[in-house]
Amino acid sequence: MPLLEIKNLHVEIDGKQILKGVDLTVNAGEVHAIMGPNGSGKSTLAYALAGKEGYTPTAGEVLFNGKNIFAMEPDERAAAGLFLAFQYPLEIPGVATMTFLRTALNAQRRKRGDAELSTPEFIKKVREVSGKLGIEQEMLRRAVNVGFSGGEKKRNEILQMALLEPVLAVLDETDSGLDIDALRIVSDGVNRLRGPQRAFVVITHYQRLLNYIVPDVVHVLSRGRIVKTGGKELAHELEARGYAEFHEEAAA
Amino acid sequence: MNAMADVKVIKTAAETALAQAYSAARDQLPGDDAVAAQREAAFALFAKDGLPHRRIEEWKYTDLRALMREAKPLASPPDADAKARAKTAAAFLGDVETRRLVFVDGAFVPELSDLAALEPGLAVGSLADALTEGDAAVLAHLGRLAPKGDLAVALNTAFMGDGAVIRIASGATIERPLHLCFVSSQKPAATFVRSLMTVAPGARAMLIESHEGPSGSDYQVNAALEMVVGDGAHVDHVKIIADGAEALHVSTLAAAVGAKARFNAFTFTMGGAVVRNQIFLNFDGEDTVAGIRGATLVRDRQHADTTLVANHIARGCQSREMFKTVLDDEAHGVFQGRIIVRHGAQKTDAKMMTRALLLSDRAEADNKPELEIFADDVQCGHGATSGALDEELKFYLMARGIPAAEAEALLIQAFLGEAIEGIEHAGLREALTDCANGWLRARGKR
Repeated sequence: MPLLEIKNLHVEIDGKQILKGVDLTVNAGEVHAIMGPNGSGKSTLAYALAGKEGYTPTAGEVLFNGKNIFAMEPDERAAAGLFLAFQYPLEIPGVATMTFLRTALNAQRRKRGDAELSTPEFIKKVREVSGKLGIEQEMLRRAVNVGFSGGEKKRNEILQMALLEPVLAVLDETDSGLDIDALRIVSDGVNRLRGPQRAFVVITHYQRLLNYIVPDVVHVLSRGRIVKTGGKELAHELEARGYAEFHEEAAA
Repeated sequence: MNAMADVKVIKTAAETALAQAYSAARDQLPGDDAVAAQREAAFALFAKDGLPHRRIEEWKYTDLRALMREAKPLASPPDADAKARAKTAAAFLGDVETRRLVFVDGAFVPELSDLAALEPGLAVGSLADALTEGDAAVLAHLGRLAPKGDLAVALNTAFMGDGAVIRIASGATIERPLHLCFVSSQKPAATFVRSLMTVAPGARAMLIESHEGPSGSDYQVNAALEMVVGDGAHVDHVKIIADGAEALHVSTLAAAVGAKARFNAFTFTMGGAVVRNQIFLNFDGEDTVAGIRGATLVRDRQHADTTLVANHIARGCQSREMFKTVLDDEAHGVFQGRIIVRHGAQKTDAKMMTRALLLSDRAEADNKPELEIFADDVQCGHGATSGALDEELKFYLMARGIPAAEAEALLIQAFLGEAIEGIEHAGLREALTDCANGWLRARGKR
């Protein structure tokens, strides 16, 4: 059984059709890249999978581990092992990063029927994970993403991912706004999590990220549909030729 | 015939009852002729104007004439049962160690109070005693700090029977927080407590004032506290309004703060059907730093009004005002905050922020921040916001596996946190955070 099966997915926002029949199958252990021009529906796909309000599926289905994802609340999807790394991580003034991480981790454990981590257990785990990602303890004491640089916010997303250990991680333009050093840290974080039980969907506009996170499959999304699928060399082709031809194909 | 002569102010049932109660009680209330004269003058103001109503600007959103349909009889002294029940009062303080002074139905109860081994420099007593004995130090301040034109204060002055008198000597540091614990019993009665706290220069103290009573009784509380904060003193005041669901609560803090002092006031409002919390501050001395904050959590049809006047008289004072209100169901929150900067109060730095979080479409928040500035070299500002929970933030939390109710609770805690963090006492900060969390859990269960 595939980990994720998207069949003929149509999604609209405010009555406007954005996704117009997306088909995508992701198996455990795979890394898929979704590339495409601005406005092609990449972020819409990410938000629809995570269950954001206002991203209304109007046709098709999405099965996550064989279960209809649209019958689940966003928190249930997360507890089932879906993780979305946000393109623009939100600032939450007044909520300490540690509180946020612990609440999230224990909520997921509770839902899965696992025992909650005690404070010392939790702190140990966070230290372990953040150490590997080169995240300063000082950053964890601050409110979630408040006063973080763009790079720190993205690193915080990767920290959350590493801590929550999802089976499917969707990275929505995690490379945007990152310099080379931050890009390397983020990619290392992802690569360290790669394994036979886990899959990634990496959404990006540029090929650059895929030098660091090497995908098994590359898809091109244009005007709400996947218009081409290939190996990692497709990313290089796109980098060389741009997206112009896909605008025409999709329009045709 | 003179048509004007026919115009009569129609008194409400509550106003009539208050007038009757006053004539019956005036001769029994404690105090010498000077105190009696103060009572008469205060009652005359009430007799002229009646209960404050919406056409009086300061009471526009809290029409006491409409909200207070009847005046309850003056509370009789508490019986043994009422005193016994008061032993378990102030559970909301958790394990915060305090020196407790207990008042049941407005009367001081020494046997429930902690009067042993007073720290050097600390003196406590009851207002009833001070008035009866004609304590000159008390009489010198009583009624001097509270605004005379305020009708709630006027009623308090007319009827004041008992309360606390606290004196802290120059330079004394009172480590253990003092706690004025006002408990109402089951009987639907009215209490008028009046307290006075004088903190001499360089002294340091913390005063907790709590009000509670049973749900199911529509008792009425009118409490006033006058406070003198000397030069270089450091005073923290925390008021917890946890009255029963049908209670009417009106309370006033009036403080005069000296030079180079630190003064923090925090009000935590959770209980009561109708609450009016008044804060009148005079910054009389230079270079004082003050933090005036509050957190209010109300639901059902609760009405909670915070009215603040921060009067900068001396130069160089800094004040920060921060009030947060969370409203659910059909609750109504009011914040009126006025910062006045007098002509001589150059270099004043005053910033006021009031924010309301509406958890229901039927809740209402009225924010009225005002600045009156008569000096030309000041930094003053105010901001007011009201809105619903941020759905984007909620989604972010849910996308991390946090269920909706828990996500909302986390965001509400964060919203309140900014105000609660202003409390310097860590134990009290935690106790009030727990109270807020209890409120949120109860909300989640409905």
